[in-house]
Amino acid sequence: MANAAKESQEPQSHYQGGFHLLQKELMNDYFDQMTRAAEGDGPPAVYLLISGNPVELIRAFDLLPVFPEINALQIAAKHQSLPFIQKAEEVGYSTDNCAYVKADVGLWYQDGQAPMAKVPKPDLLLTNYVGCNVYLHWWEHLAELSHAPIFDIDIPFIRTSDGEPRAEDITYVVRQLEELIPVFEKVSGKKFDPDKLTEVMEYSKETGELWAQIKRMTVNRPSPFDAYFDAVTMMGPLYTLRGTKEGRDFFRDVLKMVEEIKSQGKGPLPEEKFRLVVEGPPPWPYLRIFRDMFARWGAVFVASTYSTVGGLWEFGFSHDPSDPLRSVAMHMLKWNLTNRNFLQRYQQLKSYVDEWGADGLVIHSVKSCRLFSAGQGDMREYFARQVGVPTLLVESDLEDPRYFSKAQMRTRIDAFMESLEHHKLVGLHT
Amino acid sequence: MATTVSSSQETENLPGIVNGLRNLFEDPDFQAVAEIKRASGKPVVGHFPVYSPVELIYAAGIHPVGVVGAGNQIEIAHADSRFQSFVCSVIKSTLELGFTDRLQIFEGMLFHSICDPARNLASVFKRNFPDQWVEYIHFPQNMVTEGSLDYLESEYRRILARLEDLSGKKVRNDDINEAIGKYNRARQLMRDLYQFRREHPDILTTKELYTLVRAGHILSVEDHIGLLEKAKVLAGKKTPLVRDHIKVILVGSFCEQPPLDLIFSMEEAGLDVLDDDFLLGRRWFTEDVPDDGDGIRNLANSYRDRSVIAAVKHDSRQQKGKELVDRVRRFGADAVIVSVAKFCEPGLFDYALYRKALMEAGIPHLFVEFEEKMWLFDKIQTEIETFVESLLLD
Ligand code: SF4
Ligand code: SF4
Repeated sequence: MANAAKESQEPQSHYQGGFHLLQKELMNDYFDQMTRAAEGDGPPAVYLLISGNPVELIRAFDLLPVFPEINALQIAAKHQSLPFIQKAEEVGYSTDNCAYVKADVGLWYQDGQAPMAKVPKPDLLLTNYVGCNVYLHWWEHLAELSHAPIFDIDIPFIRTSDGEPRAEDITYVVRQLEELIPVFEKVSGKKFDPDKLTEVMEYSKETGELWAQIKRMTVNRPSPFDAYFDAVTMMGPLYTLRGTKEGRDFFRDVLKMVEEIKSQGKGPLPEEKFRLVVEGPPPWPYLRIFRDMFARWGAVFVASTYSTVGGLWEFGFSHDPSDPLRSVAMHMLKWNLTNRNFLQRYQQLKSYVDEWGADGLVIHSVKSCRLFSAGQGDMREYFARQVGVPTLLVESDLEDPRYFSKAQMRTRIDAFMESLEHHKLVGLHT
Repeated sequence: MATTVSSSQETENLPGIVNGLRNLFEDPDFQAVAEIKRASGKPVVGHFPVYSPVELIYAAGIHPVGVVGAGNQIEIAHADSRFQSFVCSVIKSTLELGFTDRLQIFEGMLFHSICDPARNLASVFKRNFPDQWVEYIHFPQNMVTEGSLDYLESEYRRILARLEDLSGKKVRNDDINEAIGKYNRARQLMRDLYQFRREHPDILTTKELYTLVRAGHILSVEDHIGLLEKAKVLAGKKTPLVRDHIKVILVGSFCEQPPLDLIFSMEEAGLDVLDDDFLLGRRWFTEDVPDDGDGIRNLANSYRDRSVIAAVKHDSRQQKGKELVDRVRRFGADAVIVSVAKFCEPGLFDYALYRKALMEAGIPHLFVEFEEKMWLFDKIQTEIETFVESLLLD
């Protein structure tokens, strides 16, 4: 019944907020740099991973950071991931392997020719092993394919009951970062310049603080932007440009825009009817369609765990220019989502539900990413039964379009939203 | 029920002993463990695959038991609502053992940094069984820094302190060295038996060897040593089987285990297995861990510098594909069987490396996927038969 009423409001064609255009410009510049580097006109390329990324060190040597995860998601968002994935499957990767890796391997076999850029070959493979075990495999495979030198940074996972890294963990990581410096010197052909690193750290600190302020804005009603669909737009610059002036300026501009939207009492949708928290990466191949499925109900995501894989600035972290290596180490060890254990994630979600005032929790379970998904049934159990928050678990994928069933997804979301609506009407949930 | 090898009714030949052993580990109720616990008065800690520093558990006065899921012995009724369809079976069956109260005889459970599902499982255990001692070891993944030794040493000291909390025993360095000595002996005997099978796969079958190794997941190390010593003697007395098999190396089954009957079916389908990675964790070291000096440091050092190649251990000094090709040549194998647990991402990733290396080297291989909960093996068996025939006709 409610369904029929919604049928007429077909997909929202655009959402409010000006930062998307700004982001596009910056990311296009970045992709152009990649293409130039691939054509031999640019700095050496260092491949690294998103989770708790130590991009500051790369910037301090004027190297080009390349994030294969960003490349993979760009390809998926442009609806072009399937042929890349299939190429990898042809050479022996399983349907059950993370499709980010497969898209990237497929890209390798296409000589790095991606829809948005040509991706340079790596001059160094930096495995910042922050949480995800697939990272280790991925970089091992890239090393086999490219014969590029590899440097593993082993980040001990948070595993003690106090939820903190141990003193020995910190010493271990700092030591590895010290060993990394001469490797960067060799790859870049530049002597390590501590002043340059301090400058990068200053930009990074400011960027992180701006980002934290932006993220905190979504506690407002209405939320000035969507902490899932809009936040992921801003994550590109957060990783690729952190530690640069451009990156810092971008976040200054975004904060202004968001403040402006807030002062007008506006949000991404004409009306915010539901506030939701979301767990898990988005379905890049169907991002817009997925967003529309919630938007038609007036549902806005006010907090997301995915937007914290790169760092947890909103919970009090910022880089410390006076102690760069330790600060980068702490970022990787403690201040990101992926290096924290599964139960810490429950707590993070719970604080989102409580402090951000959410009506429900959506768990987007992606097949590719077991770091996120393995055990999310238990998470649902915890929230639905123990905490008593309406919780929806839906499954698809972040890269592989074959795992998104539109009709089924829509039915599940509609049923959930209907029940939330009902809860609201009868005042079951506050 | 035969729970220890010294029971009086035991049959003095290898097939007889092996048959009596399988109910040690094909028993989701861990009755043998309960009996050992009663007899020894020791607390019990279960360790999930792959490698676990059992010496520390033993030194703390605790009986370590390898918990590798429940095979095809139980129905999964609860755990599949917690872990999705695309997660391997051993994760779910281990959790199911917990939900069905079968792990209550274990004072603790120990997990390791082998893959993302196993890591999340440790958290899910903590939440669902708050009274149980649950620990998680992060093994180093940077093998070329000196720092990884100090780190692993500190990690072992942390775990040891937690084990001491559990048992109430204060562990001395001598206790650790004594434990290392015993497990070295067991590992040496397993290496000997592996060597024997490599030379005489028609005498010591893979099903037999597997059972002998797997018994060590349940038995005390002393009883396991006794068993392996006896097996070594008895294996020499067996008569060879006459069979038309190809010689293979089997890889990919290092964590979740195929049912014993599947291993038997694969062998029967025409394989002489010269080497495999079943139950790799209890055979982890390529040579003895030094049993004098600082025990913890030695264990850490052996992990870093003297352990086997494994899908769950990252070592930039090694190239897995190349190592496999070298091993095939060294052992004179005809082919490789890559046998991976369904949804096991580490195993599936390694397959892509192996496939490339084997194809480039012109070594035939067959890829099969299994699940611990399988009952019907004809599909895999037929695949292997066809593969074997194609090679024998060559
Ligand atoms: S498993 Fe998840 S975190 Fe790891 S590489 Fe794949 S998508 Fe990224
Ligand atoms: S079988 Fe593979 S995926 Fe499953 S727990 Fe073991 S290593 Fe992890």
